[in-house]
Amino acid sequence: MNVGVGLPNTIPGTDGRLFADWARRADAGPFSTLAVLDRLAYDSIDPFCALAAAAAVTERVQLATMIAIGPLRNTALLVKQAASVDAMSGGRLTLGLAVGARLDDFVAAGVDHGGRGARLSEQLAALRDGDGLGVREDLRVLVGGMTGPAFARMARYADGYAHNGGPPRAFDRAAASARAAWSDLGRPGRPLLWGQGYFALGDEDAGAAYLRDYYEFTGPFAEKIAAGNLVSPRAIKDFVRGYAEAGCDELILFPTVADAAQLERLAEVLA
Amino acid sequence: MKVRIVGAGPGGLQLAILLAKSGAAHDVEVIERNAPDATFGWGVVFSEETLGALRDADPETHFRITDTFARWPTVDIRYRGRLLRSRGHAFSAIARKRLLEILQSRARELGVALRFEREVDSVAAVVEGADLVVGADGVKSLVRRTYAERFGERIRPQGCKYVWFGTDLVLDAFTFIFKQTDAGLVQVHAYPFDERTSTWIVECPEHTWRGLGFDAMDEAESLAACEALFADELGGHRLLSNRSLWTDFLLVRCDSWHHGNVVLVGDAAHTAHFSIGSGTKLAMEDAIALAQAFLRHPGDVERALVDYELERQPVVERFQLAAGESAAYFTRVERYAHMEPMPFAFNLLTRSGRVTHANLAQRDPQFVRVLDAWFHGGGEARPGAVAPPPLFAPWQGLRNRVVRAAPAPALMPELARSGAGLVLAGPVAVTPEGRIAPDTPTLDDPAPPLDEPPRARDDVPAALNDPPQVVGATWEALVEGVHAAGAHAGVLLTHAGRRGSTHSRARGADIPLRQGGWPLIAPSPIAYAPRMPVPRAMTAADMAAVRDAFAAATRRAADAGFDVLELDMGHGYLLGSFLSPESNRRDDEYGSDRMRFPLEVLDAVRQEWPEERLLAVRLGVMDGTRRGLQLPDGISVARELAARGCGLVDVVAGQTVPEAARADYRRGFLTPLADRVRAEARVPTLVGGHLTTPDEANTILGAGRADLCLLDVPATDLERQVAAAPSEPAAAVALA
Repeated sequence: MNVGVGLPNTIPGTDGRLFADWARRADAGPFSTLAVLDRLAYDSIDPFCALAAAAAVTERVQLATMIAIGPLRNTALLVKQAASVDAMSGGRLTLGLAVGARLDDFVAAGVDHGGRGARLSEQLAALRDGDGLGVREDLRVLVGGMTGPAFARMARYADGYAHNGGPPRAFDRAAASARAAWSDLGRPGRPLLWGQGYFALGDEDAGAAYLRDYYEFTGPFAEKIAAGNLVSPRAIKDFVRGYAEAGCDELILFPTVADAAQLERLAEVLA
Repeated sequence: MKVRIVGAGPGGLQLAILLAKSGAAHDVEVIERNAPDATFGWGVVFSEETLGALRDADPETHFRITDTFARWPTVDIRYRGRLLRSRGHAFSAIARKRLLEILQSRARELGVALRFEREVDSVAAVVEGADLVVGADGVKSLVRRTYAERFGERIRPQGCKYVWFGTDLVLDAFTFIFKQTDAGLVQVHAYPFDERTSTWIVECPEHTWRGLGFDAMDEAESLAACEALFADELGGHRLLSNRSLWTDFLLVRCDSWHHGNVVLVGDAAHTAHFSIGSGTKLAMEDAIALAQAFLRHPGDVERALVDYELERQPVVERFQLAAGESAAYFTRVERYAHMEPMPFAFNLLTRSGRVTHANLAQRDPQFVRVLDAWFHGGGEARPGAVAPPPLFAPWQGLRNRVVRAAPAPALMPELARSGAGLVLAGPVAVTPEGRIAPDTPTLDDPAPPLDEPPRARDDVPAALNDPPQVVGATWEALVEGVHAAGAHAGVLLTHAGRRGSTHSRARGADIPLRQGGWPLIAPSPIAYAPRMPVPRAMTAADMAAVRDAFAAATRRAADAGFDVLELDMGHGYLLGSFLSPESNRRDDEYGSDRMRFPLEVLDAVRQEWPEERLLAVRLGVMDGTRRGLQLPDGISVARELAARGCGLVDVVAGQTVPEAARADYRRGFLTPLADRVRAEARVPTLVGGHLTTPDEANTILGAGRADLCLLDVPATDLERQVAAAPSEPAAAVALA
């Protein structure tokens, strides 16, 4: 299993100039991938802009959206953006897409929330079709989501599955569904399986406060997500081991504190 | 900390004891509306559980409770006038009244204030001035209802109608009784709990309950009716009532078990159907976890309550899942009343998904030996017989029940050598225009060139990757290779219909070819998925041509030596798309009778296929959409297929439309569907759905949920390790 790290692109108040430094350090570190999250109606940096900045200052590290909310975006522009980041990075992009969980993002984008699943399927079909928008036919695409239709969409169009976080046993269950859908759709082999978690090494109160705010829309679950933040080297090591045992191919650890020291500490833990 | 616990049931009292014991100088008061000795119901049962957590938390209480336990290792199953006994289980039970006495006296010893016969009028008033308020007030919890929205409560009836009696018949086993009546099957769940009394729960589905007139009876009448119904089993003993009224079991779930400083435990937060006997255990474990959370986070109520939920919710969710399976089993058990006692009993024991063939073999090796021998012997239990597990019992000439799919026909011989009973090639298209993708085999060409570079599969043993393509192989040679390995060869005949002319599945599914495609046909001109072309609505000539193509392919398959022919009526391919109202909008007789064309094809194929060889159908039994084909429709189709010479239904679901809102890929998602088709259409079934272990298959087959299992065997590191070249020669080491 590879371990990647997130860019702090959805942590409110993050200095935009931190991203290049963060990306350079990640490129030098033990991380396989630099990944971003996506929110619209929230103090955050656009995922494709963040990855474009990272592409410009890195050579080695893979880049990924984990995930980007497809249906918020016009299909052609989405495909163009992804193709652009992929081209500027020399083919290092993995495009994770899902329908998103937050109504306010759809309201802010002026996009109908109903039918978002079908719209994501159309976008995936467009990506796979090429369509003269300059996207590679073999661009690696992941799809996230926990519903039956999401697993079917993943198995139909994607190369793998992007899980939305939680303890290893939750990943294990979702991975079993992803494999079952893959087999049901007659795809050869098995899906790539990507997982994610949150960490704070130091400043854990700030990390918990961020998660409570970020997940406020989930009501009582926000507290549980905050409580699941990985705040010790032991917790991170156990988490990594649990995901590896569950068959995860790539695990992304997202920061909850926008401080480059977090990256250094994580590199030490993983070393 | 000032703690107010509403409800003096096992959960509330247990929590009071542990908080009082923790030495943190809590002021704990338990408020109960009833008198201390007023209790409803009879014995409570603990299955599979030694209350180990309680032993650690409070050895004194643990000792007093377990000292009183009635314990027994056996489950008796009374069915069709026979008694089948399974041993090796671990049940214990205690009178609910006695359990409460023990907990009350322990709480008093520790200085807990117990306020009985005190009604809580306003939960808000209790919350005012308390540091922590605990809703331990049961399934109809006032505390939960007061903040119903905050807790996100969801309540619905689950399972059968039931009534909870006692009896002075002292049983020596957990006893299930299945009694056939004119109105349907009635079940009893009964177990002893002290030296004089047993619990005796009667249940049946609502239609049976009405049919027997229970809906119109009062307490005494229904008791008398139940006594009469089970007179043989009671052997002259009486049923006892304690406000024993027929009721629905209420399934309670909550998104959150706490809100501010108010927290729920036990049935107030969650219920689990009584048929897995875990309600009291879960309540007591909740209390222990909650008390421990306060030890870990003294003074931090929010943190402790979040911790409590994080620990308990996943556990409870698992129990609720198992309990839901168990409750559903008892609502549909009348459909199994035709089954022989042995698979019937095994189906009952494995109903919740927690007991499998492998772990029952640990608990009760003799039961499983008899099951295996019975299964192997085709329904005969010879005394002392031993046999391999159900997966390895022969079936209609197959050496075992293992089916393996070979989408690339070149893999057929290797899959046969890997131990399968039946190797199923396909999908194989009946005509070039019926292909899914350019690399879909036809009966003229088992190995068309790939349009995608082959990708090595890292999930299958290396032997299956090599060679990925056999250029020039013939079907005759592949079938011969399968036969030489002792297996049978089957072929899945498909016409892709509106799902044709796509790229190879290596790239994705339903991705249309931009070049080199071919025109599509379907019942109605509706494109399958985004960017897929609109198919042409089939004419009478198209239908005749397709029917002839299936017949010709059948002759070809018979000549090539295939033992099994499977017709594809699933997954939205041509024949399946006729069955589904989502894709068949025709206004002719092929639309008003959606089965008509698929059955015409079946008849044509049956004509050509040698009578002694098995004809199977892969049938999509439901679409997973609101307007689409529903399971009862699918079961009717299965019945019709069986009547026309189909000897096996390969049960699949979904994919008739790409965006099916009810698509489901949970573990074993096809098993309940195959089970229903088998039980209701009375036709043998083949089931897949990503079954990866022999144990899953043995459990399904032994319980009569299917007759054959399609296995998806993943590669394991161990196989690679075994196959790896040794890093150094295995030379003998001489000891100096």
